[in-house]
Amino acid sequence: MKSLKVLQHHLADSRNQLAVLEGEGLRKHPSFAEQLAIVGALPLRAKGIDIFQVNVGKMCNQVCKHCHVDAGPDRKEIMTRETMQLCLNVLAGCSISTVDLTGGAPELNPDFRWFVTEIKKLNKHIIVRCNLTIILANKRFKNLPEFFREHDIEVVSSLPSFTQDRTDRQRGDGVFQDSITALQMLNAVGYGEPDTGLLLNLVYNPAGAFLPPSQQALEKEYKEELFKNFGIRFNNLFAITNMPISRYLDYLLMTGNYEKYMDKLIMSFNPAAVNDLMCRNTISVGWDGFLYDCDFNQMLDLPVSALESRHLKDFDLGELNKRDIVLNEHCYGCTAGAGSSCGGAVAV
Amino acid sequence: MSNSYYNSDDLAKFGNIAEFHKGLADKFFSYYGDVFAEGTLTAKEKSLVALAVAHAVQCPYCIDAYSSDAFEKGYSETQMMEAVHVAAAIKGGAVLVHGVQMMNKVKDIGM
Repeated sequence: MKSLKVLQHHLADSRNQLAVLEGEGLRKHPSFAEQLAIVGALPLRAKGIDIFQVNVGKMCNQVCKHCHVDAGPDRKEIMTRETMQLCLNVLAGCSISTVDLTGGAPELNPDFRWFVTEIKKLNKHIIVRCNLTIILANKRFKNLPEFFREHDIEVVSSLPSFTQDRTDRQRGDGVFQDSITALQMLNAVGYGEPDTGLLLNLVYNPAGAFLPPSQQALEKEYKEELFKNFGIRFNNLFAITNMPISRYLDYLLMTGNYEKYMDKLIMSFNPAAVNDLMCRNTISVGWDGFLYDCDFNQMLDLPVSALESRHLKDFDLGELNKRDIVLNEHCYGCTAGAGSSCGGAVAV
Repeated sequence: MSNSYYNSDDLAKFGNIAEFHKGLADKFFSYYGDVFAEGTLTAKEKSLVALAVAHAVQCPYCIDAYSSDAFEKGYSETQMMEAVHVAAAIKGGAVLVHGVQMMNKVKDIGM
């Protein structure tokens, strides 16, 4: 399977995605900004920056059907060491506590390990969004569990189901079995095990056009099933809503589910989720150093509103701390039901 | 008026029954919410029970709602079809067990 970009699909262009999101179909509902105004939450403003999320590249060994990054083996956008150094310069000069590394598969960036080591020297907490199968993709990645442990990294990994069928349908044939093996390797070095302090968190996202069920109930079931069937332990399950962006938007349109899905997101708008939206305490850095409110805005090419601070070279923490968040209709995905963020539900 | 007795858009209007009698509707929906909350049965298990009952009572709205709900809560297609077969077996059994009544009657009146 190829990326939308390589296929020259019209949705590879973010302007075409925005045209769908802002199109006629949703006119019967208030826009997201209008909805926030109704509940007295406009303008939506940042509350500071706790998380510095870096997309180190769009290359991935998987081609998942729901991927909002349109990542895959054919994507060549990779963060250079020079841009990583700009990240380090920013991090060295501020009190942002957490660095969240994502992609693509971040480990495919040739400077990934150097970057992690340098961030650790700054005494920051590091999250790596590891797709699990990368650990088995090549022998040079086999020692990633040990590398993660040595750098006290929090590992966050997608596993959309504890059954093979649903996982492979979304993420590709063989992904479930490799994910299970990788989780067992992480457990073997102490991840997810009691009293080690090595955090292993899993991510659930729906394999279809629907919202996640209760995160709490799902976590309980995951823990029981994964331990019973495979002896696997983990810490927390994050239930994340699929955003109507990129490949998942294509899926929704191709299956005739787009309007129903958007209706569901909009009708499930939960004002209680607004306060803890991740965009309010996160800055998202693109592979080329440009700055966004979140990874979704990044993929839609919607830069931060702070006109004088849109790139790492111009990083102005004071301006970014109080910036207005850039909104569009995909934002309904983060306020539906129990809310959604890179750390799971926000209004449990 | 619609030319059909059933309209899928009406499912989302279920709450509108309060328009003609709010008091009873409020009581029903409050009870409904409590029934489907986590209890000694999980909300997930209750969803599968509801799916089977929906088929037994042949309510298209309920089938629509609980096919989605059960799938969203993580049941596989095979598990959901097994639940439908349970409903079918009970309904079929309910017919057939009356065969005993038929036999009793025939034996009563026959020579």
